[in-house]
Amino acid sequence: MTAREEVLGRIRAANAAAGHPPPPDVPRDYHRTGSHPAGAPELLALLRDRLVDYKATVLDAAADGVAEAVQIALTEVTGPVVVPPGLPAGWWPDGLAATRVTDDGLSPADLDATAAVLTGCAAACAVTGTIALDGSPDQGRRAITLVPDVHVCVVRAEQVVETVPESSPRWIRRARSRSSADRRPRATSSWSGWRACTARAR
Amino acid sequence: MTTFLGVPAPRGVGHLRGEHSFPDAARGALADSQLRRNLGHATHTIRGKRASVVGELDDWEQLRLAGSALKAATMARLDEHLERLEREVTARGGTVHWARDANEANAIVTRLVQETGETEVVKVKSMATQEIGLNEALETAGIEAHETDLAELIVQLGGDLPSHILVPAIHRNRAEIREIFLREMPGVDPELTAEPRRLAMAARAHLRERFLRAKVAISGANFAVADTGTLLVVESEGNGRMCLTLPETLITVMGIEKVVPTWQDLEVFLQLLPRSSTGERMNPYTSAWTGVTPGDGPQTFHLVLLDNGRTAALADELGRSALHCIKCSACLNVCPVYERTGGHAYGSVYPGPIGAVLSPQLTGVEDNASLPYASTLCGACFDACPVRIDIPSLLVKLRARHVDEQRARTVPSAEAIAMAAASWVMSSPARFAAAEKVSRAGRLLGRRTGGIAALPPPLSAWTASRDAPRPPAETFREWWARERGGAS
Amino acid sequence: MRIALFLTCLGDAVQPEVGRATVTLLERLGHEVVFPADQTCCGQMHVNTGYQREAVPLVRHHVETFEPYDVIVAPSGSCVGCVRHQHAMVARGAHDDRLAERADAVAARTYELSELLVDVLGVEDVGAYYPHRVTYHPTCHSLRMLRVGDKPLRLLRHVRGMTLVELPEADQCCGFGGTFALKNADTSTAMLADKMRNVLSTGAEVAAAGDASCLMHIGGGLSRLRSGTRTIHLAEILAST
Repeated sequence: MTAREEVLGRIRAANAAAGHPPPPDVPRDYHRTGSHPAGAPELLALLRDRLVDYKATVLDAAADGVAEAVQIALTEVTGPVVVPPGLPAGWWPDGLAATRVTDDGLSPADLDATAAVLTGCAAACAVTGTIALDGSPDQGRRAITLVPDVHVCVVRAEQVVETVPESSPRWIRRARSRSSADRRPRATSSWSGWRACTARAR
Repeated sequence: MTTFLGVPAPRGVGHLRGEHSFPDAARGALADSQLRRNLGHATHTIRGKRASVVGELDDWEQLRLAGSALKAATMARLDEHLERLEREVTARGGTVHWARDANEANAIVTRLVQETGETEVVKVKSMATQEIGLNEALETAGIEAHETDLAELIVQLGGDLPSHILVPAIHRNRAEIREIFLREMPGVDPELTAEPRRLAMAARAHLRERFLRAKVAISGANFAVADTGTLLVVESEGNGRMCLTLPETLITVMGIEKVVPTWQDLEVFLQLLPRSSTGERMNPYTSAWTGVTPGDGPQTFHLVLLDNGRTAALADELGRSALHCIKCSACLNVCPVYERTGGHAYGSVYPGPIGAVLSPQLTGVEDNASLPYASTLCGACFDACPVRIDIPSLLVKLRARHVDEQRARTVPSAEAIAMAAASWVMSSPARFAAAEKVSRAGRLLGRRTGGIAALPPPLSAWTASRDAPRPPAETFREWWARERGGAS
Repeated sequence: MRIALFLTCLGDAVQPEVGRATVTLLERLGHEVVFPADQTCCGQMHVNTGYQREAVPLVRHHVETFEPYDVIVAPSGSCVGCVRHQHAMVARGAHDDRLAERADAVAARTYELSELLVDVLGVEDVGAYYPHRVTYHPTCHSLRMLRVGDKPLRLLRHVRGMTLVELPEADQCCGFGGTFALKNADTSTAMLADKMRNVLSTGAEVAAAGDASCLMHIGGGLSRLRSGTRTIHLAEILAST
């Protein structure tokens, strides 16, 4: 008998021995939504508080002012800045002295030589101060947001939800899609020593 | 009644059994005043943080009920969820392996590492791999495993054993950590101070180079979502994400109880776990991956599903709820016994209240017979448990199982004889009243102080540190009979 | 109201003053107290030490003794906890479903003293006078098994002449745990030491609790220390005038 068959057999025997306890109904009467719609000013304020609490820098920007805010966020960065291949047009500040390196499969050693990374995100949860990335083209592969010391992350107002139950479907979307090459959802909430940039659509 | 007893975790491998009984192991820990201070400080701090963030959620009890029901529902269909998980992981380019026990899991992982041709691996802290003694197995095969979690690194460099599920070096203070780093970390700054930030920076510098060159990583998993085939690791330091992202090959060892049916279930556990464990609204890093993604992250992924006694626990109607544990360690932090003895006294990688119910079920009670008694049944653990595991009731049940197994012995223990005698006496009012009269002989003791300062064994364990009460001149029932003229 | 007193074996044999105080208190409040003379022990020590089989005759005896009464009170949180949460379990373990049902019925009519006073009799001011500095240890089973909450404190706050001092880390176990105190004597002693340190830090003359077993433990430790602080049962304070 294979280990697979044996372990599955033991599980069935164990459930039989325990009298096949019927699966209980799962009560879902916890809060599945918050009090505010995605992008509400209260949520942006809460997210800002949380991120500042985690030692991130938060900057506000109008929809057409992202590059300006990114420039401020990267002022003190002197080394190369890596960006994902799908970085939205208009985010990169033309006046920036730092070199822009578009990721094309950089090795860990190459990434180690970069000073910062600029990406978008999939969602942000205000209550927990969590930002989720799911590998979409504006976020790139995991390694680029992992190795550089500074991460400038553009969060669009409508991506900010209140609670964990509201945020998790937003970063599973790509995990469910079998057609996508990138099926790996992922969340980041550490901003220690990093900088965050909130782009607020007005 | 159950006839299926299951297959316990094998002896001679892994870290589920201690060399000494709990009372013997605890004695040494209790005598270590530095350890007592370290533990007292750490558990009180984390208790306060937990209470504060749990208090922020007005639906905490609803989340606990949902978490508990989700786990029970998952266990009832565990075979189906694991088969689904296997299908989804495989469909996305991963390879799934099944291990009956620690030896089999160690052999699988060793072979997988050997197939890569590497002799070094990086590891993210994982209870399952500690449980099976994977590092030792790899070492035997000439493979060096580098722990990358800061606390785990402290434990590894210090030649020590973990003493807490979440904070394995909770028994060490900053000064001790600094000494370990200065002694064991190649190229460390000799000016290193005991400031936490400096210690973390030293560890980061030590590890970063390892991360960048590592080809193989080994992890555990906090959750596995059956319907998407997604694995999750929840962590604080970012070392986990390094291990899960940079190497070419990732091998994940996961206990079979970690599966959850759907992605939606995570919305419950991702609220319960961080608030219960580190007292944070969300842990700093949550990494999730599904099979293999071309061009992104490890290009080879192996998932090892581990039994090692879990199905034996599953066979018990009540005891199976110990498998609901999400390894948050809240029960350790609130336990008055753990706070005094620390984790090593439990002799298993799973210490504290949950360890006292989980370890004996994984190994069979006879191999961890003292653990179910390592509790006053004060109930603090049940209140803190985010998935409502009724640990006190499980402890009582395991004690009963242990006693019942002892009945098979030809010679009953002194305790068993005493308990049987007490039952005989106390099930009869006449015999009970007579016994009360006999015990009044105790009044001959302690006449001067009103308390008895020394009794023969086993009651000497009481009078070593407390006076025993001197029996009263008149029992209540005698007073009642005298005052109210007999029974009502 | 006619109230049956379940004094518990420890109360009967070791601390009869607790039973006498309970009788005094309830009679002063105008109720009739009866003492079913056949009562012995709830079997908690047997159950919690693993001797469930030996506990079966004790459970049966307890159920038979108290079945005739409509309201039962015990001045002990842990014994009520055993009656309420363990008796039916023991009966079911012995495959005696009928006994389990009867045990559940008795348990539903069994109250810890502060529950009886506050929930059933609806009284918080029992007219007591106790001119001492007192601190209160809430005991684990009252707190977490029975969830009596602040009922004992609400009763104590109405006691005239008394200074009630808050006990630091009150919800922490004293380290008794039945046979735990013998099997894990060193750990138990370490817990007791911290409990006594907290009691003594209040400067109270008297440490009170609603459970004879915890009081025996804390009292035994304080007596050994010759600390001068004594222990007393909640019922004795409430009975004082």
